[in-house]
Amino acid sequence: MFKLGTSLRSRVRTNNLAYYLFYLIGAISASLVLVIGIGLLIKSYPIIESHGFFNSIFSIDWYPLKSKFGLLPFLVSSCYVSLLALIISVPVCLLTAIYLIEYASKKVLNLFFPIIDILAGLPSVILGVWGVIIIVPFIRDYLAPFFGVHSTGYSILAGSIVLSIMLVPNIILVFIEILKTIPQELREASLSLGATRWETIKFVVLRKSIPGIIAGIILGLSRAFGETLAVLMVVGNVVQIPKSVFDPGYPLPALIANNYGEMLSIPLYDSALMFSALVLFAVVLFFNLVSKLFLNRLIKYLKY
Amino acid sequence: MKRKVIEEKFFLVLMIISATLIVSIIVLILTSIIIKGFSSFNLAMVSQTPKGGYYLGKEGGILNAIIGSFYIAGGATALATALGIPVVMLMNVYLKADSKVSAVLRLCFDVLWGVPSIVYGAFGFTLMIFFGLKASLIAGIIVVSILILPIIIRAIDEISQTIPEGLFHASLSLGATKLETGFKVNAKQILPGILTAVLMAFGRAIGDAASVLFTAGYSDSIPTSLTDSAATLPLTIFFQLSSPIKEVQDRAFAAVLILTIIVLCISLLSRLLTNRHNKYKI
Repeated sequence: MFKLGTSLRSRVRTNNLAYYLFYLIGAISASLVLVIGIGLLIKSYPIIESHGFFNSIFSIDWYPLKSKFGLLPFLVSSCYVSLLALIISVPVCLLTAIYLIEYASKKVLNLFFPIIDILAGLPSVILGVWGVIIIVPFIRDYLAPFFGVHSTGYSILAGSIVLSIMLVPNIILVFIEILKTIPQELREASLSLGATRWETIKFVVLRKSIPGIIAGIILGLSRAFGETLAVLMVVGNVVQIPKSVFDPGYPLPALIANNYGEMLSIPLYDSALMFSALVLFAVVLFFNLVSKLFLNRLIKYLKY
Repeated sequence: MKRKVIEEKFFLVLMIISATLIVSIIVLILTSIIIKGFSSFNLAMVSQTPKGGYYLGKEGGILNAIIGSFYIAGGATALATALGIPVVMLMNVYLKADSKVSAVLRLCFDVLWGVPSIVYGAFGFTLMIFFGLKASLIAGIIVVSILILPIIIRAIDEISQTIPEGLFHASLSLGATKLETGFKVNAKQILPGILTAVLMAFGRAIGDAASVLFTAGYSDSIPTSLTDSAATLPLTIFFQLSSPIKEVQDRAFAAVLILTIIVLCISLLSRLLTNRHNKYKI
């Protein structure tokens, strides 16, 4: 492309050509956000037109054969699983992140990060399998009987346990990034005034990083909301509004994944599924955008 | 005074318990799936395609899925790298560091990174219907490459920002164009980092199931052309695990083992590359 001896003019021309080409590629790939949104919107328009936007979201009747496409059971299951996963995951991640940043030695860090990396790289289907062979029997044979309930094990709880493990790398890494941006001088000032290490963490470091922690949690929530296979494999997939954590549920991504095969044979079915994909996309997009913009600002603000 | 010390001790213990819990759960996951995988593994599984159907046939293996997975992940990674590197060049070489366009692009890719793979799958499926394509290897490759494009771009972008600015200006002052500087100076400086990003994207591509569920289809034979449907390891695991036949389930566990080993190798390799990267950086 740029051999020695080629004239300056042609080198400059190549350079400028590449600029326009790169700009084009950049613009096209970034506009995917819009393209995906619009594509899904067009596909889900028939269902919005015939059933109404809020009617299809807030109805609990899901009978595709009778042309009833209420998404409420799926939305409730999704929220249930995601929130429970965060409740399990966040405290553990926060404590671990504080430990790693404030207390742990370099040796511990060098041991810990590769292990977290492995978890981050583990495909969700593998965690799903693990859930099926370990978590589901555990809930069926030990946990549910302990609380005096009967459960097949395939339940909201199983889904959220598997999901909470999946979320660990994401959440921990955000928390660590936040804690790292807290200026060292603040800690030193607090310590020099006679505060213990823990008091410094509690009253200075954590107080300063609360907005970031919240943004991290929202980011985790958006990840949790869209996770498909791992949850799908252990959550039971029964269309209902789950009453307890031992009941099976049916999250939104699982609905899309399970029904793609038959969706072309029933009228409006494909539109309903694309509508659920759109809802998923919109929710995730919103959470992501909010927390990303917020985090970017915050990190800039804390740094300078 | 005493309460304070007790409180600190209490929380420190709690923190150590949390960290240990996380590490031990990861170890538990790995050991339990590896043990389960090895106990159901045999050589026929990796050297044969399924005989008599992937769901009910007792004989045969998962060679179709192993090869299909490598085709899809390899093709998608190549495509996404070819599209991603120009975008990174644009953001880091052509545009100024504080340019609004770069900021918008970064935000877009950050958001795309967060979009769940099932949405990509559903979107890809709509596109396929729109263009009249069948579920095929090529459709799978395209959708997976869209899925990993933001990962490649943002990962390489992050490393690009560590390149010292002086190096860039020195190259320009010697008369090199921006394009030449981008490829001959910047890219060389971060080559191990680029490879790490590509490996990471490959790992994500080979492990993702929801995006290929709609788009790549599933077949018992090894794909021979881009329009054939192709089996993948994650889907093999997903489908075969629900089979009532023990031999078929065993194949799923063997596939889990193979996928885990692939992912572990990628993780190890990228760690080695990162260490090298840190050693030889100017």
